[in-house]
Amino acid sequence: MDLAKARISDEPQLFEARRKIFPKAIDGNYRRLKWAAMLVTLTIYYVTPWLRWDRGAYAPHQAVLIDLPHRRFYMFAIEIWPHEFYYVAGLLIMAGVGLFLITSAVGRAWCGYACPQTVWTDLFLHVERAIDGDRNAQIKLQRAPWGPVKIAKRLAKHLIWLVIAAATGGAWIFYFADAPTLARQFVEGIAPYQAYLTVGILTATTYTMGGILREQVCIYMCPWPRIQGAMLDEKSLMVTYKYWRGEPRTHGIKRAAEAAFQPLQGDKGAAPQHGLEALVALAADPKLASRVGDCIDCNACVSVCPTGIDIRNGPQIGCITCGLCIDACDEVMDRLDRPRRLIGYSTVADELIAAEGGTPESPAARLLRPRTIAYFLLWAGIGSGLLFSLGSRSRLDVSVRQERNPLYVQLSDGTIRNSYTINIRNMEGRPRTVTLAVDGLPGARMWDEGGSRESAGGTLAIPTPPDQVARKRVYVATSQAGPQRQPMRFVVTARDAEATSDREQSFFERPGETR
Amino acid sequence: MADKPRIDEPTGTPTVGHEWDGIEELDTPMPRWWLYTLYATIAFSLIYTILYPAWPLLNSATSGLLGWTARGDYERSVAAEEQRNAPVRAALSRIPIERLAESSALMQSAIEGGRAAFKVQCVQCHGSGAVGGKGYPNLNDDDWLWGGNIKDIHQTLAEGIRQPGNDNTRTSIMPAFGRDGILNADQIDDVVSYVRVIAKQERPNASARRGTQLYADNCAACHGAAGEGNRTFGAPRLNDAIWLYGGDREALTETVTNARRGMMPAWGPRLDPVTVKMLAAYVHSLGGGEAYIPEAPAAAAATPDGSR
Repeated sequence: MDLAKARISDEPQLFEARRKIFPKAIDGNYRRLKWAAMLVTLTIYYVTPWLRWDRGAYAPHQAVLIDLPHRRFYMFAIEIWPHEFYYVAGLLIMAGVGLFLITSAVGRAWCGYACPQTVWTDLFLHVERAIDGDRNAQIKLQRAPWGPVKIAKRLAKHLIWLVIAAATGGAWIFYFADAPTLARQFVEGIAPYQAYLTVGILTATTYTMGGILREQVCIYMCPWPRIQGAMLDEKSLMVTYKYWRGEPRTHGIKRAAEAAFQPLQGDKGAAPQHGLEALVALAADPKLASRVGDCIDCNACVSVCPTGIDIRNGPQIGCITCGLCIDACDEVMDRLDRPRRLIGYSTVADELIAAEGGTPESPAARLLRPRTIAYFLLWAGIGSGLLFSLGSRSRLDVSVRQERNPLYVQLSDGTIRNSYTINIRNMEGRPRTVTLAVDGLPGARMWDEGGSRESAGGTLAIPTPPDQVARKRVYVATSQAGPQRQPMRFVVTARDAEATSDREQSFFERPGETR
Repeated sequence: MADKPRIDEPTGTPTVGHEWDGIEELDTPMPRWWLYTLYATIAFSLIYTILYPAWPLLNSATSGLLGWTARGDYERSVAAEEQRNAPVRAALSRIPIERLAESSALMQSAIEGGRAAFKVQCVQCHGSGAVGGKGYPNLNDDDWLWGGNIKDIHQTLAEGIRQPGNDNTRTSIMPAFGRDGILNADQIDDVVSYVRVIAKQERPNASARRGTQLYADNCAACHGAAGEGNRTFGAPRLNDAIWLYGGDREALTETVTNARRGMMPAWGPRLDPVTVKMLAAYVHSLGGGEAYIPEAPAAAAATPDGSR
């Protein structure tokens, strides 16, 4: 074709049209694993927002909710406030280290099974097969001129893709608002415009990425294949073509074989054998078996590959390690009565040993190596640190901002007044009243904007609404005698059975010696 | 160094034709959809420059089909904000200033509005933290020349201090004891000593004792026998720790010799009534505000109405 011509001409081609890929359907262990992964990931994605969780009268009852307007993140029993964002950062770091761990242990398992791009592309591929038929039918339809059947099939395919894409975007918004309410509003057309916008954008991206761009996302857009290239080592599991077993391929010596086996060629009366069947018959011949490798060059591994690569060229960026070529090759090997796993999950180190005829390392020994153990310890360390801090965190918090303009005010009787803005975070779903007191400033009197110095005492009672921040501006006055910058603390104590308490360091400022 | 591109055997891709120590670079073609995204951005920019102001002309720029302007955007948002604030402003204009404290939500709105207006109208003299300076009172403290409840503050704001041509303005004139020859330099020195003693800045001394009678004859009428001041005349308290023009000998001598007559603009005619109320609420909230105690009806009738 044009492409092939361009490649052998000296004229460099600046832009390359996408080579359309028509992956062939296949069944096998890895295909079933992919089905399972798709089922699990899609179930999690679609079902999660609809789970309920009782949080009492003052908080939403959705199990997983990212409440952006109120700056709250709910996840089952955990509620995260904006200032606790380090939990989210910690989770992201865990996800990152987890990916390193998975990659060094079992290679690009994320890419092959769990990545949304993989899952949705897979889903779209199945829709395509259901409408257009398998690989050969798809190629035939692609080459066919436009006619009623082709138009109908194309329309149906893209329509179903769009419906799936819209459902994908539709599910996303329910993580950000009460799902049943939003669903009703969405249907009635009274949902916030952001909901429609989000669904629209995600519909467009899902349709484009899953239906049209597909493997282009993995090969050209995603940084992960590049990063993973650096993360894999000789002991990482990869989908590997066992060259020592497969080479030389039958195809390369086919002509010689045809000359040697006259019955095949010579029996003109018999129906000519083509393609795979001919090759199977040829390769199964015991006389030939000693001279050739197990690979019969049937291209089954290439035709099932969703990214259109040839795994026999060795590890490459386009391989997302979905294992479908393993299923395809196993099927062929079964028909040839040869051992399975000419293509299989293996490591570079194992293949070097196997090529020499040795026994590869046991999977346990391969998994438990310093690198994976270090990643695991790091991952588990961060995880248990987060869990510990989550379990021991206080749900009552005081923070103090000292007024800087002016730092202090001299009152007519000579005492000095400072003012502070106190934020009390009541992070529990119930109203609480707290006592605010000053520690380390003997004789200090405290009052708020509504009070006065005459009515001031040593403490203040502050009601804090449930799951909210109570903000209070307070004045503290004490005598002029003392250091220019005196350390002191604000202490809040809940006036209930738990008597939860928190404190915050601050300072009391006085004018200096000069006036 | 080979200059002729060749086809790389394993990948089937042409090389760029250069070679460095045996290392060559593949000239992998870019995917075509990538090119289309470039065309899409070009199309976007063309459409954008037609719809929105874009091309510079000699004195202006093309206005764009949509007629969008940043100024118009600003005006729309200001109008929207004003509409949003309208109910609060209406409520503020209805309520008398001394009853503002009854509604804490309204009070809070007034304070926030006053905080913004203060930054525009008042900081030039009183400073951004309302700490004032020499001659400009600190509004954070509990010392008030003319009264510190919200109604007094409101009247000070609305009518100003010593504003010529305003009948309701707060006014008083301290004699220039030295310049007008009422007291001589030694007498002024003694009065200053006395004032510094009652302000507890000096120990009792001979000069202060000489000043005692001079104070009683010349100053006590306004500033009070013990220096407690008088808000009716805006006469400052002298026996406290706060000095508007300074409490050292030099500053006090200057004050007694030439007198001080600070002025403040009347904001009633310059700002709308609601903003003046907001400013009063804000100043009252700064920490020194005093509670409003209703006056006897007869006295209230005699006082000029501060709520305008």
